[in-house]
Amino acid sequence: MNTAIIAALLLILLGIAYQTGCSRSRSLTLGGEARLHSRPVYHGALVAIWSLTPALLILALWALFGDTASRAYLLAQLPPETSSLAPADLDGAIRRIRQIESGFGIIGDAQPWENQAAEALREFRILTSAAIIAAAAGTGALALWFARSRISLRLRARNEVERMVSWAMIGCSIVAILTTAGIVASLLVEAIRFFTFVSPIDFFFGTVWNPGFSTTGHGSAGEYGLLPLLWGTLMVATIAILVALPIGLLTAIYLTQYASPRLRGFVKPIIEILAGIPTIVYGFFALVTVGPFLAGLGNLLGLDIRATSALTAGIVMGIMIIPFISSLSDDIIRQVPRAMRDGSLGLGATQSETIKRIILPAALPGIVGAFLLAVSRAIGETMIVVLAAGNSPYLRLNPGEPVSTVTVTIVNQLTGDTDFASPQSLVAFALGLTLFAMTLILNVAALYIVRRYREQYE
Amino acid sequence: MTSDERLGLVRAGLAARHAREWRFRFYGILAILAALSFVAILFGMILSRGLPAFTQATLTLDVHFDAAVIKVGERPTRTGNQSHAEYAKAVSDWERKMTMVNWNRLIEAAVREAAPDTKANSREILSIVETNARFELRDMLVADPTLIGKTVQVSLLASANADNWLKGNIDRALPDAQQQLREPARALADQLKAEGKIRNAFAWHIFTNVDSRSAPASAGLAGAFVGSLYMMLVVIVLAVPIGVMSAVYLEEFAPKNRFTDLIEVNINNLAAVPSIVFGLLGAAVFINYFRLPLSAPLVGGLVLSLMTLPTIIIATRSALRAVPPSLRQAALGLGASKTQTVFHHVLPVTYPGMLTATIIGVAQALGETAPLLLIGMNAFVAQVPATPLDQSSALPVQIFLWQGNENRNFFEARTSAAIIVLLGLMLTLNAIAIFLRSRLEKRT
Amino acid sequence: MTENTRLEATEMNMPAATILARSDLYHMPSTTVRTPDAEPRSAKVIARNVSVFYGPKQALFDVSIDIPEKSVTAFIGPSGCGKSTFLRCLNRMNDTIDGCRVSGQIALDGSDIFAPSLDVVELRARVGMVFQKPNPFPKSIYENVAYGPRIHGLARSKADLDEIVASSLQKASLWNEVKDRLHEPGTGLSGGQQQRLCIARAIAVSPEVILMDEPCSALDPIATARIEELIDELKQNFTIVIVTHSMQQAARVSQRTAFFHLGNLVEEGPTDLIFTSPGEKRTQDYITGRFG
Repeated sequence: MNTAIIAALLLILLGIAYQTGCSRSRSLTLGGEARLHSRPVYHGALVAIWSLTPALLILALWALFGDTASRAYLLAQLPPETSSLAPADLDGAIRRIRQIESGFGIIGDAQPWENQAAEALREFRILTSAAIIAAAAGTGALALWFARSRISLRLRARNEVERMVSWAMIGCSIVAILTTAGIVASLLVEAIRFFTFVSPIDFFFGTVWNPGFSTTGHGSAGEYGLLPLLWGTLMVATIAILVALPIGLLTAIYLTQYASPRLRGFVKPIIEILAGIPTIVYGFFALVTVGPFLAGLGNLLGLDIRATSALTAGIVMGIMIIPFISSLSDDIIRQVPRAMRDGSLGLGATQSETIKRIILPAALPGIVGAFLLAVSRAIGETMIVVLAAGNSPYLRLNPGEPVSTVTVTIVNQLTGDTDFASPQSLVAFALGLTLFAMTLILNVAALYIVRRYREQYE
Repeated sequence: MTSDERLGLVRAGLAARHAREWRFRFYGILAILAALSFVAILFGMILSRGLPAFTQATLTLDVHFDAAVIKVGERPTRTGNQSHAEYAKAVSDWERKMTMVNWNRLIEAAVREAAPDTKANSREILSIVETNARFELRDMLVADPTLIGKTVQVSLLASANADNWLKGNIDRALPDAQQQLREPARALADQLKAEGKIRNAFAWHIFTNVDSRSAPASAGLAGAFVGSLYMMLVVIVLAVPIGVMSAVYLEEFAPKNRFTDLIEVNINNLAAVPSIVFGLLGAAVFINYFRLPLSAPLVGGLVLSLMTLPTIIIATRSALRAVPPSLRQAALGLGASKTQTVFHHVLPVTYPGMLTATIIGVAQALGETAPLLLIGMNAFVAQVPATPLDQSSALPVQIFLWQGNENRNFFEARTSAAIIVLLGLMLTLNAIAIFLRSRLEKRT
Repeated sequence: MTENTRLEATEMNMPAATILARSDLYHMPSTTVRTPDAEPRSAKVIARNVSVFYGPKQALFDVSIDIPEKSVTAFIGPSGCGKSTFLRCLNRMNDTIDGCRVSGQIALDGSDIFAPSLDVVELRARVGMVFQKPNPFPKSIYENVAYGPRIHGLARSKADLDEIVASSLQKASLWNEVKDRLHEPGTGLSGGQQQRLCIARAIAVSPEVILMDEPCSALDPIATARIEELIDELKQNFTIVIVTHSMQQAARVSQRTAFFHLGNLVEEGPTDLIFTSPGEKRTQDYITGRFG
């Protein structure tokens, strides 16, 4: 409701400002030889930017601090006896009052003071939102008037608008950097907090993973050895690569070197469908189809393969990575110059000799890059292993046994737990940091190799 | 070496070389067949399991709204001297009484009337009707108070266990101890089915209901769907403009220096960062630092926006790179400024490419699960979120929750059905993209 | 049954090789102006009515030509005239292009190169090719030259292979320049050296015919001169067919010249005759620079 009103008001302000800018600048040129420096559209856009910015700024500030303000007001409204409440109970009381105010209803009967506070809160909310909207509209109008008064024949509106647009674009480009910075900072900060509970040596070189439950209180009751998880991750990723690399690479080779355009046009999109399927679907597929199939197969062969195991997760993850490897290799193989291929064929080499002796060696750096990206992907994949790896953090050699991985453990330790104080949940960030560092190294190496490879043939 | 000797050597090796050639080709074909069969098996499995879940055993009963059982008065109206709080209390009291009515007795009576000779006791009778039936009856009465004393034909969902039994999702030969329904209830279900009082009806409620634990047969995707929708909106509002803007900047305006090189490497790397790391970022920054609510689609949307941003940037940049430089030179040559050239001449040509970039990004966000688990979106939420700040689930997370449900027989099919819905949505997105793309490309 | 159709029927039953060996059975089409050599050599390659189609588009129309043994034959003509297309037919390199179809007959030493029994691998071992742009493999100089002998199994021992590599590089007059750095990458050589390396690579298989597709178009005049010298030496052992853009080059290196235009073979004959008194107006126009 409120959001809709605010959006409507902003749109109206935008429209008026734009129109004002356009018509004012146009009126300057009426009946004279005078020429505007910039076309009226730019004046319109300039006025619109001028008047919207302060209004948006006020609304943004309110969105950020409005909650704190209403909480402060509410605390002031509470009767003195509540001041003795513990912070958690106080939070509960505030939540109850807010629920009464919003008309949701609460468990148990509302006490009179709660009702009173809710009534006061309602008034406060109506008042403040009216005030904020008025303030936003007022400053918007003021800025509009100011921007209108700036309009003159010589105002370089176009240049100003363009400058603003380019600043906005730079701002957008920085978002990506901020994201990386945010990832690194948040992982580091929380991981360091974790390392105040558990020594990094115990974490990185420990061979036992048994974190215990966060309800058992703080302190490092559990054991946080990374190695079993790392081992599981590597095992699953290795199986995945063993499945995906031959299938993906051979597919790419066949489609680029042998297949007719028609076959290629038919097969390539179908394989790429695999890339678009959400990983949760693969996880379900592993759990319901592949796992029982492998277990049955194991029974038949006299092997002990569990339905949820490193093998199940690895094979399905391999299927998921096939299109990744095949389309990357496809691109890379097609960048090998045709002249190279012709040179070999012209000497009487068969196609497979040409591929094995000339094309693949020439494409090798690129394929290594694709391989590293695929490994990075396999290490970071979560849902398949959450569903199908069996979550059993022990150092085991047999791929038919359940394992646990870094990603699974992150999910297990952090899901549904908002407590950022116990090592049990903070360990997720230390694991995340490990994961991020591993994938970062792989990615940067892969990107560097692929880039060098591309430059070589450009 | 004479020419004939040499030819002899070449010929001697030919058979083996051609054999190797065919073997290699055969491996290639094998690889392609393997990949294709994976696609086929995956879709075959999901369709074969999921499609039956779109129909569900439904009872058609004549329910008598017995006034002797329903002993609740009319809904209170607000009197002049009542305060808002008092009135609200009166209404909620009335609603509570309405809920406490023993609706099960009405249902049992209706079933007994449909099958007078059943040996099932009342618990067994009720075990074949889904537990939400009583709320349906209540809602009917609330909506139409004149129903009291009348007999109305009502469609009620059979329970998940009855559905399993009738569809054969549970092995009918299993001994009694391993069956979910007791013997008389199973006989009753079979009898009603044979008499046409239970039939398989299209399960609209998969789309209209929210998740439910107490009444699994009535669980639906509405809440998760709206949650996903909100997140998609956030992605479209945030990630798409920011992504397109930064792609345009990096491709068209940015000088080539160390800083832009850093941005470039950074974006490429970000595209390959595991999604779960974005979940950690969301948990640490949005939840822990900014104190945004848990399980909110807004937070989910923010996390997914950051995650899809590099994808959108990379796809948009490649679209921009495909624009021939001659177009830019022509516009610049006519005296347009750099900004005008880009925004008036280059961007319109790349709309189809940007649209594809958007769809790729949105589809990626739509299917992502792992980061959402870390910001609490795996909470059980039995309502449709009204705003992006309310608690909510999302389609892939709902799939995750359903696959873990204890009633495996029932929820395997239900999960597959949810996957069909999710894949269907993604397919629709792509189809729309292809359609719009061809329209746009024709126009330009 | 008339006499005429009976003859055709007999031809149909005959293996193509036999037909082509009896080239008297097939008459050269009259549209091409032909001047035979004063002392005719035996023909290494005989082509009759060769047409090439790229999809629905016909790129070459009924080309018939005899290519004499151990001499240099040059194909000239404006770009897109089909000379390279025809060259690529001679060792069936057109097979590697999607949607390319060839009709007509080509015989190498009297046997049909399109016959199902013929192995294209063997054909290419007998008819080598040097391409427009030097395309050494991203391997060492030694490995580049050794590539052909290795795949065909021509060397019985390492010493054998060394011998083949050395003699091929000598024949390609590259030996002195590279003998001290045989194991450095072939891509590190200069353009002219790379092209000579490619020639050495082709020679190493000791083919009977070497096809050269504008081998000097990417080279500077000095490198071009060295290649031309080399071609002149090679013709003592090999039958060479060279496609060239430059009429001067054709005049310098070749004994016979064939002029292609718009997919047709317009005229062929001894090089000096073609350049001094062409029999066709179009040839004259091209040679004098009216078009091209």
